[in-house]
Amino acid sequence: MWRYAFKRLLVAVPMLLGIALLTFVLMRISPGNYLDTVRMDPQFSKETIARYEQLYQLDKPLFYQYVQWVKNLLRLELGYSFYYNVPVYKIIGERIWNTFVLSLAAFLLTWCVAIPLGIWAALNRNRFADRAIQFFSCIALSLPSFFLGMILLFWASQTGMLPLGGMHSPDYESFGWPGRLVDLLKHLAIPAVALSIGSIAALQRIMRGNMLEVLGQKYILTAHAKGLSQRRVVYHHALRNAINPLITLLGYEFSSLLSGAALIEIICGWPGLGSLMLTAVRSKDVYLVMASMMMGGVLFIIGNLLADIALAKADPRIRYD
Amino acid sequence: MTKNAEHLSEFQIALRGFTQNRLAVSCAYVLLVLYAGALLAGFFAPYSFQDEDRNYSYAPPTQVKIFDNGRFVAPYVPGMKLTFDEYNARIYVIDPVQKYSIRFFVPGDTYRLFGVFPCRHHLFSVDSPGRIYLLGADARGRDVFSRLLYGAQVSLSIGLIGVFISFAIGLLVGGISGYYGGRLDNFLMRLCEMVMMVPGFYLLLALRAAVPDNFNSLQVYFAIIIILSFIGWAGLARIIRGMCLSLREREYVLAAKGLGLSDIKIIVRHILPHTLSYSIFAVMLSIPGYILGESGLSLIGLGIQDPYASWGNMLSDAMSIVRIKFAPWILWPAFCIFLTVACFNVIGDALRDCLDPMLKSEGENT
Repeated sequence: MWRYAFKRLLVAVPMLLGIALLTFVLMRISPGNYLDTVRMDPQFSKETIARYEQLYQLDKPLFYQYVQWVKNLLRLELGYSFYYNVPVYKIIGERIWNTFVLSLAAFLLTWCVAIPLGIWAALNRNRFADRAIQFFSCIALSLPSFFLGMILLFWASQTGMLPLGGMHSPDYESFGWPGRLVDLLKHLAIPAVALSIGSIAALQRIMRGNMLEVLGQKYILTAHAKGLSQRRVVYHHALRNAINPLITLLGYEFSSLLSGAALIEIICGWPGLGSLMLTAVRSKDVYLVMASMMMGGVLFIIGNLLADIALAKADPRIRYD
Repeated sequence: MTKNAEHLSEFQIALRGFTQNRLAVSCAYVLLVLYAGALLAGFFAPYSFQDEDRNYSYAPPTQVKIFDNGRFVAPYVPGMKLTFDEYNARIYVIDPVQKYSIRFFVPGDTYRLFGVFPCRHHLFSVDSPGRIYLLGADARGRDVFSRLLYGAQVSLSIGLIGVFISFAIGLLVGGISGYYGGRLDNFLMRLCEMVMMVPGFYLLLALRAAVPDNFNSLQVYFAIIIILSFIGWAGLARIIRGMCLSLREREYVLAAKGLGLSDIKIIVRHILPHTLSYSIFAVMLSIPGYILGESGLSLIGLGIQDPYASWGNMLSDAMSIVRIKFAPWILWPAFCIFLTVACFNVIGDALRDCLDPMLKSEGENT
């Protein structure tokens, strides 16, 4: 299996470079670059701009620039951010981590709520609880996450129970580690909930469907006939088989959270990769955009790979070699 | 002429299944109303989307009155007076002296009916200088109701056109990939994976960056459609390809080949129609993605630009959340987005339920 994982990662490399090339071309076919804004600024002399142009090789042909960028990438240099005036790697590392934290929190929330909810709905099929859950899922599925984020932020602004945006309180540094954790969780609550409500609804539905399908199988009848308790039948016999197909969704779920996170980050002011990407795109900060795209892709690939490995661990019938 | 159940075609059976789903049918009617509103926006809207009156910034929804001193009269709206409270916040109070009657089918701003015929008559309006704000006013005193209708033109059409383009690409790429197989298939699928590998919103931002700033609003509109379609086709192409891989082995394809039909004709006429039942509900279920994509982009200021209205850019006013408190009506576009997305989801689900038996039977034939 490790060989398979390695192979998957190897295949991903040319694709990532393809994504970078695409981004590069996209950034270049739009008229103007970051230096144009600098040119407007009378504070910069012509010599400085010429030096910049040479430094970033903006006067060289497009393909040459791309090759240079890839060469630098091999030395783990992601280029220089014009906007922030620091090397890209200095900004992006922290941002990736923040996005990862947010996606992970939303992901955990989704799974911890959706699975029990789905089981509960399946066991109470067509009763009031099930009907209520299905009704609210239907609403939650169609509720745009940005709208939910706005409403939650508004609620927080009225009650003052949760902080409004950002990731840390201003006095974060003065807390001990339990205080820091609580502070982080408080800031996480709104974006994570806004992000996961839709996925909870979707996953809950799938879980309910799987559970109902498994509960209709003959071996469940056999287990009941053996005189096992309902609890044991549900949690030992049915659950394991019902949850298997969900693991395939794991990677997909994670990556869609990652994509959804970008908009929520922008709305809730979460300092993640998505909001960084927006600033970079707005200021035409080429290398920052390219690095953000690459990192988004990398997170995506890792998510999918982890899902595949989890699936192989959960289902002994699956062999990747 | 009566038809027996056995004589119904598969699509008639599916249609019957759909019409029995009351929720889905009522959702279809809601969508019909929304699209009709968008199509006839100029007629239904009392004002044009850029008709502003700064004296009515964030004016609350106007009350339409039909009783005057207990007497039943023709509908009128009371005038509004702007005052400030001790914190300098705006307060609109009803001025009982001023009354403006509502008139129907009166000439007002010119607009183009169906985008073609120049027309001046609106469904309703009030005598000037009174103004009618059925759903309140925005920051610049523009009518939210009118802007919702004009915004629907953008937000609702983007879904339809976007889905059409990306399905055309997706079906063609999936069909070619599945039919030819081999190296071409490999290449096309890697291309799909590349598009799918980037988280959608990041790709959206990067593609948006390539659109020049000096585009006018119509160009931006089409740019957004193309961007959204560019992201949407890959997932579909993969599924269609999977279907085509099995379809190309069927006898009738062999027969068509034997008769000397060209490959592209076989794909378009004989293979792709079999993926139709999947495509129909996939279309319905993917339209919300385009509507949400457009709103998301416009919300953060990268989509349709003011003064033109779209549901997304109307909402960007609500990004400063304090405004929600004193002008909650600026959230109406969010409600419209929710309603539209919900309707498409319900219809898509219903279609899948009644088309699924056909999918299964097609699978059994192979």
